[in-house]
Amino acid sequence: MLTESLAISAVLFTIGVVGVLIRRNAIIVFMCVELMLNAVNLTFVAFSRHYGFAGQVFVIFVMTVAAAEAAVGLAIVIANFRHRQTVDLQNINLLRG
Amino acid sequence: MPHPLDGTAAEYVWAIPVLPLLGFVINGALSLISAGHPGPADPSAHDDHSSSLRDSSHGDAEANAQDHGNDHGHASAPRFGGLVSLVGPAVVAASFALAVAIFIAMLGTHADTPFVQRTFPWLTGVCDHSDNLGCLAIDWSWQIDRLSMLMVLVITGVGTLIHIFSVGYMREDPGYARYFAYLNLFVFFMLVLVLGASYPVLFVGWEGVGLCSYLLIGFWFSDKANADAGKKAFIVNRIGDFGLLMAMFMIFANMGTLDFGGVFANASSLGAGSPLVTTICLFIFLGCVGKSAQIPLYVWLPDAMAGPTPVSALIHAATMVTAGVYLVARSSALFVLAPAASLTVCVIGALTALFAATIGLKQWDIKKVLAYSTVSQLGYMFVGVGAQAYVAGMFHLVTHAFFKALLFLGAGSVIYAMHAAYHETHNHDDAQDMRNMGGLRQYMPWTWILMWIATLAIAGIPPFAGFFSKDEILGTVFARAHDSALAEAHWFGIPGNIVLYACYACGLAAALLTAIYMTRLMLYTFHGKSRTGEAEQKHLREAPWVMTGPLVVLGVLSLVGGFLNVPSLLGGVLPTETLAQWLGPSVSVAPGAAEASSSQEIGLILVAVAIAIVGIAIAVVRLKPDALKPTREPQPAETEVERVLEHKYYVDELYDATIVRPLVWFSRSILWKGVDGLIDGTVNFAAWIWRGLAVIGSAIQDGQVGVYAWILVAGVIVVLGAFSLTY
Repeated sequence: MLTESLAISAVLFTIGVVGVLIRRNAIIVFMCVELMLNAVNLTFVAFSRHYGFAGQVFVIFVMTVAAAEAAVGLAIVIANFRHRQTVDLQNINLLRG
Repeated sequence: MPHPLDGTAAEYVWAIPVLPLLGFVINGALSLISAGHPGPADPSAHDDHSSSLRDSSHGDAEANAQDHGNDHGHASAPRFGGLVSLVGPAVVAASFALAVAIFIAMLGTHADTPFVQRTFPWLTGVCDHSDNLGCLAIDWSWQIDRLSMLMVLVITGVGTLIHIFSVGYMREDPGYARYFAYLNLFVFFMLVLVLGASYPVLFVGWEGVGLCSYLLIGFWFSDKANADAGKKAFIVNRIGDFGLLMAMFMIFANMGTLDFGGVFANASSLGAGSPLVTTICLFIFLGCVGKSAQIPLYVWLPDAMAGPTPVSALIHAATMVTAGVYLVARSSALFVLAPAASLTVCVIGALTALFAATIGLKQWDIKKVLAYSTVSQLGYMFVGVGAQAYVAGMFHLVTHAFFKALLFLGAGSVIYAMHAAYHETHNHDDAQDMRNMGGLRQYMPWTWILMWIATLAIAGIPPFAGFFSKDEILGTVFARAHDSALAEAHWFGIPGNIVLYACYACGLAAALLTAIYMTRLMLYTFHGKSRTGEAEQKHLREAPWVMTGPLVVLGVLSLVGGFLNVPSLLGGVLPTETLAQWLGPSVSVAPGAAEASSSQEIGLILVAVAIAIVGIAIAVVRLKPDALKPTREPQPAETEVERVLEHKYYVDELYDATIVRPLVWFSRSILWKGVDGLIDGTVNFAAWIWRGLAVIGSAIQDGQVGVYAWILVAGVIVVLGAFSLTY
């Protein structure tokens, strides 16, 4: 049971990583980040079956942080969209060194 | 231990140098206050040529070009002129008065040990008692003894006269206050030099007079030639100062003290004739060679004539350049232990006396003749002190101060008159070239008579001052060659008596040449018909009395100065050997020296006088002042010998080719381009690497979140990979 859970978690995480790397739409990148977080959550839950419930506590934390992150992140994306009429990451380079 | 001079005027010895220092502060402040007004520091004020006495003939072209567009007389007298004229000479005169008071106190108490006055601890070193040497603990002390008293009287006495002369000579110069500030500072340092009670204090004065010499030679520094002459004097003197420093180090390393009292009392511990004491003496003499312009470091002195003429009189004839003679006499306790060093002094002095005299034969610039004459006479003094005849050397120093100051001030008077005449007629011929003079006797009778007195004095005609002193030097050298410890010593394998006889012969030859070139100067300047020009002759007149007055005083001194030390042979009603008795306790006595017998002495005097008369006669018979052509007309062709002499044996060119140019080449190509280039290259290469890395770094940080993400992931993979490989 653990093996399968970890395998699904790994697949989900990889999809998230690849999505962050190759997609240019900020909303999709954002969703991929959430996907990665949830892959990690799955891992925590899977391990908690064997090693106690500390993992489940962590999941609650991660979900809280993810919710906060989503609120801030989406606000930034919306603000940027109002400013530039785009959510394409290639057009957002204000932090160029 | 109480000293006989305690409680007398000698307690105020510190005030002798401090008074001129005060004058320097006041005049310097006045100079700075008036600096906002046109002065040499201000390039727009170059029109001062119209009134001030820039005696340089070089580089005047651009000044002349400006001059033509200007009316003369617009350069107003410098600000605070009256106050400066008062303070400048007064402080030196006050020093002189104080010196006379101390002199009288010394006469009254018969003090024959030095009176030392400690003021404050100056140089104190960390002590190491593991060796037998003392600590470095040098007080700033003044010392007055008979030798320094003599020097102080000459410096302040002649100095006062020259300061008064300067009031007339420099009155119109925009840098008037600055000039007197420098002149006062010079007197201060010169007094520090002779009143210091230890070598380091003397060295402060020694360096200080060098500094003032630099400042005053380059006084009219807007002409590059003048500024270069100042630098040349300074740099050449540095070579000599190195010698003096080395001597001080060696003295301290071996004796643990630098106070005159301590060093001379224990001088014999160095060992008579030992290589150590000889080396110390030679290093001291190297310092003297630089300061007193002897071969091979004499080259700065003729160039120093770029300064105002009173400066030439005070610094480059009467006082500063004699510091070397003073130093040898002061260190006589060391020199009597080192016969080889003494003979070296003698030989260098004799060669310089002869060499400079030959150059003096063919110079046209009136000041250059006097400059080479000074070098030559300084050579005489070194012959004297080199032969361990310290009294004779100091005697010639004193009489030379009188007649050479007179000659220079007389020349200054002539230049002043010539310059004024040329100024009236807007002529720009060289006011210092003797070819432009002639017949000045009828225009300036006072200067003419006084300069003849000085000429006869320097030529050695009795009873003028130079006769006694020069005769005493030559006579003593001859006697020393005959029988003394020096005559038995060896100099590079040559017996001392042969060296001394050779020096005597050089001295005689130089005396002949001296008589010739001085008579030549007088004939060309004052006799014959005037070559100055029709229009100018109307404007030639004697200088004002503020300038002629000091000349008269110096004329009297040149006339009677010799009676300071009349040889016992000639004494009848006159007191004899006064100076010798006075200086006796201050200088060492040459070991094993015999006096010349009376018949010998009479013979030597007759020879010396005959030589002088022959020299004057040769000049009068052979030289035809009327055949000279002024510089504005084409000059007759010269023979080879004349050309070599006129170009001073091409020594400047030789030094330039062998020392200056290789040094400049080495500095430029090795030190600047090579060593500097290597260091610069290393530093720049390091900077270049970091700049390259920075370019890469800034290119990565392009603001694209995608790129950051890729790098982040790559980093994570690397870290994970590293972990998995490790565990």
